[in-house]
Amino acid sequence: MRRFPQYVALAAYVVFLAFPLLWLLSTALKTPQEMALADPTWIPREPTLANFADAFGEQDLVGAAARSLGVALAASLITVLISLPAAYAMARYRGLVNKIAIGWVLVSQVFPFILIIIPLFMILRDLDLVNTLPGLVVVHVTFTLPFALWMLQGYVRAVPPELEEAAAVDGATRLRSIASVVAPLLAPGVVATLLFAFISSWNEFMFALVILQNPDVMTLPLTLVRFTGPEGVARLGPLAAASLMATIPSLIFFAIIQRRLKSGLMAGAVKG
Amino acid sequence: MRIRSALAAAAIVALAGACGSGGGGGGSSSSSSSSGEPVKINFLSLAWQKESVAANKQIVDEWNKANPNIQVTYVQGSWDNVNDQLVTQFAGGTAPDVIHNDSPALSGFAADGYLLDLKDKVPAELKSDIPQAAWDTVTFGDGKGGQGVYGVPFLQESQVIIANKKLLDASGARVPTPDDPWTWDEFSAAAKKMTKGDTFGVAWAMKSPVNKTLNLALNFGGTFFQTADGKTTVKVGPQEREVLQRIHDQLWTDKSADPAALGQGTADPLPAFYKGKFAMLPAGVFLRQQVAEQAPDGFEWVTLPGPKGTSAQQGAVSQTLSVAQDSKHPDEALKFIAYFLNGANQAKLAKGDWLLPTSQTAAADPAMTTKENGWDVATASAKNLVVAPFLKVNGFDEWKTKVATPVLQEYFGNKITLDEAAKRLVEQGNAVLERYQR
Repeated sequence: MRRFPQYVALAAYVVFLAFPLLWLLSTALKTPQEMALADPTWIPREPTLANFADAFGEQDLVGAAARSLGVALAASLITVLISLPAAYAMARYRGLVNKIAIGWVLVSQVFPFILIIIPLFMILRDLDLVNTLPGLVVVHVTFTLPFALWMLQGYVRAVPPELEEAAAVDGATRLRSIASVVAPLLAPGVVATLLFAFISSWNEFMFALVILQNPDVMTLPLTLVRFTGPEGVARLGPLAAASLMATIPSLIFFAIIQRRLKSGLMAGAVKG
Repeated sequence: MRIRSALAAAAIVALAGACGSGGGGGGSSSSSSSSGEPVKINFLSLAWQKESVAANKQIVDEWNKANPNIQVTYVQGSWDNVNDQLVTQFAGGTAPDVIHNDSPALSGFAADGYLLDLKDKVPAELKSDIPQAAWDTVTFGDGKGGQGVYGVPFLQESQVIIANKKLLDASGARVPTPDDPWTWDEFSAAAKKMTKGDTFGVAWAMKSPVNKTLNLALNFGGTFFQTADGKTTVKVGPQEREVLQRIHDQLWTDKSADPAALGQGTADPLPAFYKGKFAMLPAGVFLRQQVAEQAPDGFEWVTLPGPKGTSAQQGAVSQTLSVAQDSKHPDEALKFIAYFLNGANQAKLAKGDWLLPTSQTAAADPAMTTKENGWDVATASAKNLVVAPFLKVNGFDEWKTKVATPVLQEYFGNKITLDEAAKRLVEQGNAVLERYQR
């Protein structure tokens, strides 16, 4: 009984989080007339699948989702593969070069991306990467990397150096202690970084808009925006239906990977 | 161990997927006809309504079938981001060959040399089918002291009044026609008659007030800008004040317009309109599409012509098709544009977007003159369209965003007086414009 207020608060929070998704579902099932009612209802009076038919009939949503998934997975994995050793070096080695590197990473975060979009576009053009998904992966990795580095650096710092020292005392080389001692403890951090990089890439619109010109390579955000017109006017029904479908792959990805976010592996490791 | 192997497998799959589905190299156009392969043209379209997209695709398909040597790829863009997209692609030399946009955006791109001057290139038939007033909306300085034509104008929007027929009839007000529209006085009187109980006569959705106000200001000859000795400045004299004052009066003196609608976007008042809370919505002709699609069964609505002041003139901008200066196939691109915008096709496009065709042949199409959904009134209003005076003002966009939008919102919201609004529009506006004329 003591926990009742906690459950109420938790339930309220879940409703708060689920509200946009439920509203999206409700809108996706409504007719245009019902969407324009001054007193909207949660449950559609005359549920229709016409919005889904329109969304899938007019746009290649499945193809776009597959391409987005490929780009997001590739970008997030490459980001983690690069940032993990870099974060380790930044966290463990303290020197002038390290400080400069950290400063540089910080500075890169303050650049508005619109400022560098044209030079970046030129570079991609010279590399023949315009209008290709690998080109987009490169851009997404470039932009996610600094923050991923900061995230992972924090996780590495949280791993006590004493653990590595203990492994060294037992005869492990540095590489061995990283692989066998540090890496498993970093799993939650790696997963969190992976999720961050995945979401950033999955939702990214502006670079994709500029880089991808061929309809055959367009990603999901570019496809969704086709249901919107000027000055915020949109075809709400098909947009809601398409957006709902667009959330499914990322929800599945989260469902698979979220268990790995659980921490606690290190609890008691250096208690003495 | 499991997570490591899973990550490795996922990495391989993802990389293979990403690399495998990559498109072929960049560039706006590929091979030339001299090699025996068809010329390829990219067409960036901003159509977004279902019927409009279908019409665009149909016309492109018909062209591709009839012209195996000039193949057009239809690429959909979005109105909200097209100029950011184009800035980058122009700078990178990879812009689409044929570009759909609106005329205000062409001025800057033309001055920077990114668009092809079509002055002597448009086929005579297409040129004569579109009135000079529409061509004026795409005629800009070329950045070197000359004037050029940087697009073919094809769709325009006029302001009309969408009215609840039941409330209009019950008010006893005269029903205006394109030949005999309401004067602003009659419009205000009708709005007062329709204001009863919870119902307001009119709803002014003024989330983006500038274009709407400036276009209507031409009813009284209000241009808001004047050019002398090559220098453009803002002016808010008696002519410019007329429409501002009249809208303000409806809101705060007559109380026939609902102040709650002021912060709304164009389509936002529709639910309340269907419910009978508002009797009339002054809006662009395109809003008829949403009303036709969403209005509840039995809801009767009519399209009324916009009111007139000393004239019925309204400012107009156009949707346009332009050719990129860097296009490798400008002649073929222009041939495609000439086909895409012939009278029959313009009628299809106008119908799909619920806008007005510039083509006189298209305007005579029975689909454009039917009484259904107010097409007759909408099409007739095209005769009042003249080039919007702000279209050729360098720095207008910044003036609009930083000065005019907040000032007009404050004025219509009754937070400042008309004198104060006029002072800020002029003083702050001139400071903005000056930077563009150095």
